[in-house]
Amino acid sequence: MSQLVNETLMVKETVEAAQSAVRPLLEIKHLSKSFTGVQALNDVSLEIQQGEIRALLGENGAGKSTLIKVLTGVYPRDNGEILLDGSLISASDSGHAQRLGISTVYQEVNLIPTMSVMENLTLQHQEKTFGLISWKKAEIRARELLAQVGLDIDPLRQLDTYSIAIQQLVAIARALSTQAKMLILDEPTASLDSDEIKQLFNLMARLKSEGLGIIFVTHFLDQVYSITDSITVLRNGECIGTFKTAELSRSDLVSHMVGKSLEDLAPTAHDHSIKRERTELLQLNNVGKQRYLQPLDLNIAAGEIVGVAGLLGSGRTELCELAYGSVKPDQGEVTLSNHSLTKSSLRRAIQVGMGYCPEDRKQDGIVAELSVRENMILALQASKGWWSPISMAEQQKLVEEMIQRLAIKTPDMDKPIGELSGGNQQKVILARWLITHPALLILDEPTRGIDIGAHHEIIQIIKELCEQGMGLLVASSELEELVMFAHRVVVMKDHHKVSELHGDEVSEQAILRTIAS
Amino acid sequence: MINERNLPILATLLVFILLYGFGMYEYKGFRDTLVFSNLLTDNAFLIITAIGMTFVILSGGIDLSVGSMIAFIGVLMAYLITSTGMHPLFAIGIALVVGVAFGAIMGVIIAFFEIQAFIVTLAGMFLFRGLAYLINLDAVPIDHPFITGLYDIYVPLPGRGGLTFIAMAMLVLLALGILLARRTRFGMSVYALGGDSHSAALLGVPVKKTIIKIYALSGFYSAMSGVIFAIYTGSAYPLAAVGVELDAIAAVVIGGTLLTGGVGYVFGTFLGGMIQGIIQTLITFDGSLNSWWTKLAVGGLLLFFILLQKGIVVWVKKRSAA
Repeated sequence: MSQLVNETLMVKETVEAAQSAVRPLLEIKHLSKSFTGVQALNDVSLEIQQGEIRALLGENGAGKSTLIKVLTGVYPRDNGEILLDGSLISASDSGHAQRLGISTVYQEVNLIPTMSVMENLTLQHQEKTFGLISWKKAEIRARELLAQVGLDIDPLRQLDTYSIAIQQLVAIARALSTQAKMLILDEPTASLDSDEIKQLFNLMARLKSEGLGIIFVTHFLDQVYSITDSITVLRNGECIGTFKTAELSRSDLVSHMVGKSLEDLAPTAHDHSIKRERTELLQLNNVGKQRYLQPLDLNIAAGEIVGVAGLLGSGRTELCELAYGSVKPDQGEVTLSNHSLTKSSLRRAIQVGMGYCPEDRKQDGIVAELSVRENMILALQASKGWWSPISMAEQQKLVEEMIQRLAIKTPDMDKPIGELSGGNQQKVILARWLITHPALLILDEPTRGIDIGAHHEIIQIIKELCEQGMGLLVASSELEELVMFAHRVVVMKDHHKVSELHGDEVSEQAILRTIAS
Repeated sequence: MINERNLPILATLLVFILLYGFGMYEYKGFRDTLVFSNLLTDNAFLIITAIGMTFVILSGGIDLSVGSMIAFIGVLMAYLITSTGMHPLFAIGIALVVGVAFGAIMGVIIAFFEIQAFIVTLAGMFLFRGLAYLINLDAVPIDHPFITGLYDIYVPLPGRGGLTFIAMAMLVLLALGILLARRTRFGMSVYALGGDSHSAALLGVPVKKTIIKIYALSGFYSAMSGVIFAIYTGSAYPLAAVGVELDAIAAVVIGGTLLTGGVGYVFGTFLGGMIQGIIQTLITFDGSLNSWWTKLAVGGLLLFFILLQKGIVVWVKKRSAA
């Protein structure tokens, strides 16, 4: 009896030995990384084989970029091991990672725009004769590398005279020049058009057949399904799982990414009807911009809240920016209450009643050093023009009113806004636009990074504004809150509008289904 | 095809030819090789300083300490030769090592403490001037036979002109600068840093090491310039070369180097320094104009080149966006 057990054990061992013979190209074991109390990566483990294209997916804050930066040595890791080709590695910086065999191509082309293509390709790897760089050899090498990615361009011309797509391919050529074993592509397709993407995919397929391992980060689900072999999903710094692409349905993938399954979401009853007569405010007529957003139509009436849903990178922010006019569309018409805004300045847009709270509060919204009062008065002053200043008494009256109305918690109105909590900062920015009495307010992620109490208050404010007859366009990654207040929801995917859900169709379940379809 | 980034240096070359041509057309004496060889000798210390400055500006930095460095090195050399009786060759060697070391220290502060080069080298500017006064308050003649011997080395050219030791030293340092910039890994790292320092780091350029080397190199060139200046004037004075850092920056910019870094040539700087010299010579030949007209002309040229560069940058952006 015991002999039999022994024999089965031995069989098991040989099977294991045979399996370890095909050892993975890259092994990440129990990797953790935290930043001042925030756990950006928590015990993440994954394996990638030679000739495998792995999609790395996740929503905002999932830990994708942290993982990549730890892999390439930009950040040191707290815990865990990284094995490449079976040997333990620990890159100290990006250059070291390249020498070890891990090359990365980032979304923004990280080459030197003022240098020639050749200089970029050979930087730090120039061949020398008698201790001096030989530009003859460099040019030959550059042409070889360009041929490898199927590019036929003049390597002597300056990099920034070429399109972003070509620069991206040059970056890949450079990444391959260092005998890379692992290639990390961090959202390389964000600024490419469909032909250019096809070119990139052909290249990826060829590299895969040559035995390279590729990590592909993208927000485009179609691309995930057309090129990758397997998918690893991260959420809140944890590895949710690794799946074979062919075996994972889109709806399951989306559920994994947002952390909610379709079955969990019982349709909840919300009142999605508008109670007043429809007067159109904002009209987008076939508005789009190349490499930015596919043309789309959208109408918003007074007293209506239109939600914008979609995964990260689906085009939510892009839609807001085009509607507001901070990015000018290259086709289509934008009108607000019968004023054409297609070619107008932002100041004009604000004058006819447009308001916009951007997604990145810290970068685009607040001026941290200025006081609450000064921050709040900015937009009104801008729309009036700087030569007709608002008197201090009037400013104080307006600001005092807003602090009361929105229940902003600040000791006084002259405190620098940077010292307020996130929720209160957001309210100040809302107030900034409310005192200009906008007809239409665009909010991009109004509740990002604020605590639950303030979250609730801001949703209440949005509802009140709507009842007073304002039109609102609200982009949010939180489906739960969109469903609570939106009369209609525009669903975005891969930079175009896939669907518009009306009235009773609006539910988390329906939105997820549309995204996954 | 003419690369749009080469336009500034082509413009510099054109200005150089026009000014020189104007001089030759207007004044008979200008056609002699003597004028050219004098230009080389008289502007040697400025051009040498400006070559070091070119690397600094190419990397996106600035070095305000070079003028004071020239005075300090001169005074230090004079002290070593006259007070300690050291052989000038040793004195020059020590002076150069000190120059490189001070440059490297500024580089370390800029690279590791991430303080703006402007402030660090401004401190260096005051410090070196102060150190010069600490050694000596007055002008000291350097009349060692070795130094006067160097000054007298002369290779005659056809015409009345000839290459002095100073001019030849400058040309050698110029050739060295050109090789360093275009034919070494260090040089390419300098261009990369100035083009986009964030990307440069991701491409594996050793950013901090390169920054330290850049300021050490600028220290070397300005110390060398101090040595040349001492040989040229045959004396050392703590108040020497006041404001030369600004003349050097002007030479670099007129030479077609982008003030924001990443684009430019060492040879352009040579032309930029020579152009300043030609303007001065033209004013001397004219005889009726005050020498302050030089400043006026240099100021005007500087403005023209900055506008030209800005125009080109805007144009390139528009073109690549299209």
